[in-house]
Amino acid sequence: MTENSPQDFINALPFARALGMRLDQIGAGRAEISMDWDARFVGDPATGVIHGGAVSALMDTCGGAAVLSYPGALSTATIDLRIDYMRAATPGQRITARAECYHVTRRVAFVRATAHDEDPDNPVATATGAFTFDRLETAT
Amino acid sequence: MKSPEPVQQVKHRRDSALATLVGAVPYAGFLGIQFERHGDELTAVLPYDDKLIGNPVLPAIHGGVIASFLEVTAIIELSWAMLWSDLETGRLTPESMAQDLPRLPKTIDFTVDYLRTGLPRDAYARARVNRSGRRYASVHVEAWQDNRARLFAQATGHFLMPQRADG
Repeated sequence: MTENSPQDFINALPFARALGMRLDQIGAGRAEISMDWDARFVGDPATGVIHGGAVSALMDTCGGAAVLSYPGALSTATIDLRIDYMRAATPGQRITARAECYHVTRRVAFVRATAHDEDPDNPVATATGAFTFDRLETAT
Repeated sequence: MKSPEPVQQVKHRRDSALATLVGAVPYAGFLGIQFERHGDELTAVLPYDDKLIGNPVLPAIHGGVIASFLEVTAIIELSWAMLWSDLETGRLTPESMAQDLPRLPKTIDFTVDYLRTGLPRDAYARARVNRSGRRYASVHVEAWQDNRARLFAQATGHFLMPQRADG
């Protein structure tokens, strides 16, 4: 395998780049990805709160990154993702998602994730999802 | 006897109200989502754009784009259903809406099923409000690309309804 910087993972995904995502940490089935608040991503103009879909995109990307960092992973795709929105993210604040691939079977990876703004003790959303788990061929 | 409102006037009034509602959501504009209307039925359209790609190797639309498209469709459909009768009776006009934007429902939870890869072409979605009470609503959304019968994603979400002024 070639040496890549972790941010190359994000730069290879046009939509992750469009949302300005940054890969903060990755490894052993865990990932942390963050993005800035941006007026273009607002869902409700009355409040300036970012759209749930943008938080969802962050959680999905972070979940996928966590699966890909699990030992033996080759590629992955989201099967399903449920997001619970606990509170509105504070306008103007950076949003950070942390995902953990907590169980893997032969073909499926189970992931949970949380997202918070600049108040890390008070999550804005949590997510659970199932992802496909395509393994590297071991016998080569 | 009062004569019925001319058809062009009816269309213009409904289309202006819809444009005001959708135009107020910056993220819908960022993704390029448009809405087509037949009577009160809405179809959301997501025209393909290179920035929507998540997997450049396949290539496939990003799962987050699909989730966003479905959630935008659900919220607009729910808001539209909530505003429709007031628009028809004249209690609400496109002008008064633009002056004082309607409060939008808030997502409580949203579950997306990714059924097939999102291909690099236009996508369509329709939402159905399965239950809408004074406080809570449940909405189902279906999305497809080339064939209406072959869904590439579906979602169910629960929403907190805005408190109405006459509440």
